[in-house]
Amino acid sequence: MKTYQNIVLGALLSGIFMVAAIVSFVWIPYDIESLNIAERMRPPTMVHPLGTDHFGRDILSMVMVGARTSIAVALVAVGIGMGLGVPLGLAAAAQKGSLLDEIIGRGNDLVFAFPSLLIAILITATFGPSALNAIIAIGIFNVPVFARLTRGSALSLWKREFIMAAQVSGKNTVRISVEHILPNLSNLLIVQGTIQFSLAILAEAALSYVGLGAQPPTPSWGRMLADSQTMISLAPHLALAPGLAIVFTVLGLNLLGDGLRDVFDPRLRRERT
Amino acid sequence: MKIKTLTSVFALMIAAGAAQAETGLIVGIQLEPPHLDPTSAAAGAIDQVLYSNVFEGLTRFGSDGSVNPGLASSWDISEDGLSYTFYLREGVIFHDGTEMNAEDVVFSLDRARAEDSANAQKALFAGIETVEAVDPLTVRVTLSNANGGFLFNLAWGDAVIVAPESIEDIKTDPVGTGAFKFSNWVQGDQIELVRNEDYWGTPANLETATFKFISDPTAAFAAMMAEDVDVFYSYPAPENLPQFEADPRFEVLVGSSEGETILSTNNLMEPFTDVRVRKAVAHAIDRQAIIDGAMFGLGTPIGTHFAPHNPDYVDLTANSEYDPELAKSLLAEAGYADGFTTTLKLPPPSYARRGGEIIASQLRAVGIQTEISNLEWAQWLEQVFRGKDFGLTIVSHTEPFDIGIYARPDYYFQYDNPVFQTLIEDLTAETDPKKRSELIAMAQTIISNDYVNGYLFQLAVPTVVKAGVEGIWPDAPTQAIDLTAVSWSQ
Repeated sequence: MKTYQNIVLGALLSGIFMVAAIVSFVWIPYDIESLNIAERMRPPTMVHPLGTDHFGRDILSMVMVGARTSIAVALVAVGIGMGLGVPLGLAAAAQKGSLLDEIIGRGNDLVFAFPSLLIAILITATFGPSALNAIIAIGIFNVPVFARLTRGSALSLWKREFIMAAQVSGKNTVRISVEHILPNLSNLLIVQGTIQFSLAILAEAALSYVGLGAQPPTPSWGRMLADSQTMISLAPHLALAPGLAIVFTVLGLNLLGDGLRDVFDPRLRRERT
Repeated sequence: MKIKTLTSVFALMIAAGAAQAETGLIVGIQLEPPHLDPTSAAAGAIDQVLYSNVFEGLTRFGSDGSVNPGLASSWDISEDGLSYTFYLREGVIFHDGTEMNAEDVVFSLDRARAEDSANAQKALFAGIETVEAVDPLTVRVTLSNANGGFLFNLAWGDAVIVAPESIEDIKTDPVGTGAFKFSNWVQGDQIELVRNEDYWGTPANLETATFKFISDPTAAFAAMMAEDVDVFYSYPAPENLPQFEADPRFEVLVGSSEGETILSTNNLMEPFTDVRVRKAVAHAIDRQAIIDGAMFGLGTPIGTHFAPHNPDYVDLTANSEYDPELAKSLLAEAGYADGFTTTLKLPPPSYARRGGEIIASQLRAVGIQTEISNLEWAQWLEQVFRGKDFGLTIVSHTEPFDIGIYARPDYYFQYDNPVFQTLIEDLTAETDPKKRSELIAMAQTIISNDYVNGYLFQLAVPTVVKAGVEGIWPDAPTQAIDLTAVSWSQ
């Protein structure tokens, strides 16, 4: 029962921000492109539910559009990680012990060996700070995560009888990987994807916080935090809104990931019953 | 036993702390000097630490920007304005014990104006023909053209007197004649100065002076609130000042600076080659919104590249009133009815980062789209200042009386106007104060009418001072934190 509570709570928390991001494409309470200095740093009121920031922009609108930035960056970054990592992992597992397996394995080790945020900073500092470079930087570090997960799980599947049956019936390695291995990994990948998604949102916020993510005027939660840092004693709501947005989204995604794992993992399921 | 030792160490630390509170001063500044030679780099942080404290020139700036006698107690100027005879003070010795005499002055000025000199402001010495030692305490400087600003030039930190004996190690171990001696430099943290007991003039009140480098605004706030520093010069977060003002432990001095904060425009980049486009940009900007939004109200609007506190300042802000409709029609006239896209490159200070976002929004309102990129100082110097790869940028020009940069076509905003260049030549040669004022007014008007750059505001220098510290300069007539007359009230 607790598992479903986690999933519901997690889906609810992260869902709020997903919905906010989608809604922001068609409607936001206030225009965030024009600044209104006279109205700056207003505390939350009925007119501005989350108050206004140091340029007089509506914080609710900023958080909504910021959600869009965070989610878009994280989605594409995880997409890159899955898109590259999963095929690499499948290939490595299919040819266990081959040169290809070695190359992929050592390549993964190499990328894993670097502290991810440091390399992200290096990439964005070299090629200029932008949302796109942040996506690439975060995406690259998702590749080995998915490649390892895929390879490890696929290896145990290759020993199973139904795979042998497929081999005997004459299917080639690629077809077996795609038709039999991959579907059996999808649960795992969804769980890992959810967790990586929350990590990517954190990474994007961190990069934006140090000024290497999305550039102004595109709002992003990390930069909203950085901007409000010196004003925290004057107007705490400036930092509170984007800070809580990050916390709730990441918390929600983690709860969701944990809950999904509990549901999908047969070993855990057996323990429960 | 161990505890006892610790307690005594602790007691000692408290005692040391208490002693320091009366005789020492810790000054927070934003940037660390790259090295300690004021005569070979433009970095303002070098002058902030060393000017007047460790190094002195023949003349020196007062707190109001006036030019006063320094190592030269007096001087004679010939009728034609070409020959300056400086009479040096007697009994001045460098911190290493060597005597300061005419030879050192000749050495310093020749070194600064030499062909291979690394001096960042060589233009200051451009008119010098010869420098000769008449006797050990008299120096004669001959100029090729009369220069009304020569005594002013010699007061710059780039013109301080150094000694040939100690020049080798000046970048790490500066030896000057000032009221403080260099003592220690903990890289990345602080520079310590100690009182020069053999100073020729009035000795300093403080026994030690420590400069701590704190660039992060949040850390600056914490350091000041915790009283880890006694003074924070050019406090980086204007939004925190009301809090310090309300706190009886502190005092906030808001002084004027020589920093003209401008929206620098690349005059050689399309479409800024068209004066109508530059004029449109000028009219699209609401200065007060920038001063309020970026500086929380600190700053004086300017309409040209000149400091408002200067008696020769001409108020030309009406020339570029906020008028978005006019800006739109000017753009249409220039053939950019649908606007255009350009780059806006912003260095780290909050006036640039915050001001940039405000200006981007104001320009967007008249149809000009900007791609903002936030740069670190090193990148900014590389791309914008040296590489001239920018459309617009925001920066504060903190050198005193620097309107002459508009006469240099190779300067990063690349304004090339022969009329203005001739005017500056005439100004340099002119010694009559009244005529100089007229020429200065003309120069201000020309660049304002040409809309060379967007003129935003004169940067204010907020300094947060612990109650009881006296004698800190409120204004910043040059890049200096002169501590020679600072003391703790009893």
